[in-house]
Amino acid sequence: MIIKGHAHRFGNDINTDDIIAATYLDSQDPKFLGSKCMENIDKDFINRVKPGDIIVAGKNFGCGSSREHAPVSIKGCGISLVIAESFARIFFRNAINIGLPIIELKDAFKIKEKDLLEVDLSRGIIEDVSTNDKFSTQIFPEFLQEIITYGGLVSWVKGQGVTK
Amino acid sequence: MGLTIIQKILKAHTDDKTLRDFVHAKVDFCFGNDITAPLAVKAFNNAGFDKVAYPDRIGFICDHFLPARDKTAANNVKLLRDFSQKYKIKHFYDINNCGIEHVFNIEAGLVQPGKLVIGADSHTCTYGGIGSASFGVGSTDLAVAMHTGKCWFKVPQTIKFVYKGKMPKWLSGKDLMLATIGKIGVDGALYQAMEFSGPVIRKLSMDDRLAMTNMAIEAGGKAGVIEPDELTYKYLKVVQGSKFKFNKSMEKLYSDKDASYSEIIEIDVTGMSLQVACPHLPSNVKPVESLKKIKIRQSVIGSCTNGRITDLRVAAKILKNRKVKKGVRTIIFPGSYAIYRQAEKEGLLKIFAESGCIVSSPTCGPCLGGHSGILDKGESAIATTNRNFIGRMGSPESFVYLSSPAVAAASALTGNITHPEELK
Repeated sequence: MIIKGHAHRFGNDINTDDIIAATYLDSQDPKFLGSKCMENIDKDFINRVKPGDIIVAGKNFGCGSSREHAPVSIKGCGISLVIAESFARIFFRNAINIGLPIIELKDAFKIKEKDLLEVDLSRGIIEDVSTNDKFSTQIFPEFLQEIITYGGLVSWVKGQGVTK
Repeated sequence: MGLTIIQKILKAHTDDKTLRDFVHAKVDFCFGNDITAPLAVKAFNNAGFDKVAYPDRIGFICDHFLPARDKTAANNVKLLRDFSQKYKIKHFYDINNCGIEHVFNIEAGLVQPGKLVIGADSHTCTYGGIGSASFGVGSTDLAVAMHTGKCWFKVPQTIKFVYKGKMPKWLSGKDLMLATIGKIGVDGALYQAMEFSGPVIRKLSMDDRLAMTNMAIEAGGKAGVIEPDELTYKYLKVVQGSKFKFNKSMEKLYSDKDASYSEIIEIDVTGMSLQVACPHLPSNVKPVESLKKIKIRQSVIGSCTNGRITDLRVAAKILKNRKVKKGVRTIIFPGSYAIYRQAEKEGLLKIFAESGCIVSSPTCGPCLGGHSGILDKGESAIATTNRNFIGRMGSPESFVYLSSPAVAAASALTGNITHPEELK
């Protein structure tokens, strides 16, 4: 799967309150949650973001609460992929579970705001079209790849016939 | 090679003879609250699931936006009530018969030592304090666990923390944990379990232990865990009553001598200052003495971190026969109704009322900027809660300082961040 979009840069330790403030958590609507994405730290973000764009962040992206509303909000505002130096663990599993593509890339800091990126998800190759930089990243272990290939946890469970 | 306590519990919940990197394990109890569980119900229904595997192993504990702050919050509780009736889920709890999930679940006997627990709430790591393997997960995880009785896990490595030395007066589990997070950072234990051990932990009260395991997530930890001991079982007999039954398998709940740790970190508590985490990260920790000039508009005492009875006793001891500084909103949130009633019995609620605090119903409320104590632009709060991210308690231009109940109570009296020894 190839993803192409412009980069939106964020720093280290972007927490789930940054991604979607708790006061909106009584909603389960991806469009509404998407319209409030990053509101506390960057009010203008949702006006700049275009469908298919990519979030590029530093270490520990998605730390804090377990709210699945966070990856739902990111998906809901049109983001197609999150690249970060590392992810907090609950955000990591939520993204895998709901089928939001994520990539762990130690060199993520080399990517700049607005850079055009072309990403081959299955091969783990990221091309920064704006700078001609190329990065490769380790693809996830087999167990996770399987869930990703199914498009998320629910489809994986159904496909596996896992009941009891 | 031996196993850590977390690895042992995970292994006991799979059919595998050896522990693999990823496991699909049987879950003893899974739960969510009034904000994460509605999303799980939606995922459950969208998936087309039409049965739950074990109705008695599922819990919905409504605590975040309760008493219902608005119509949407009320509707989310109704949605969970209806789903519970449809699928015969016994453990549905509305506000006046539960409390904050991580306090209530222990009292209600829904979590026990040696059990594998998942919760759609990041502070699910709390139950490691009684020797459970408990992990925060998302709503889709909860939906799938309700349907299959299972959840996937990457088996974590463990960092062992050994606390030694002499505990200074007023120092609490909260201070130890803030110091630890300050030392390793908010991603210092990323993907790993944190095991708290050493002579200081053995002497620490259960409420203090639970305050520590509660905040493992604030260092990125997958779990916080303390090997259960006599004190653990004594505590469970008191808070759970007949719901707690000691069994032989609990004797195996320790990390093997030859267990492998990714790191062992020793912390000497002798002479340690009371700790305060400054805005906007729990790792931004400073000694209380250095923050005397910080003025506060609000003091919040309670939450799943510090809303237990010993926390309220410490606060009451400081507030007794004293008045809260004019203009400082001081809000006490007991962790559960059992604690609320206990505090009433001990006369603590009277002390709070007479000193000018208000006592709220047990709820997550202001901790996450939900309701009942929201900060305006430019306001600062001292809080015994667990996070101080930008906008966590309200305005993105407000400031939250995290501390122990002793510091939060002392600061309520002076209007500045204050060490309790400084009070006249």
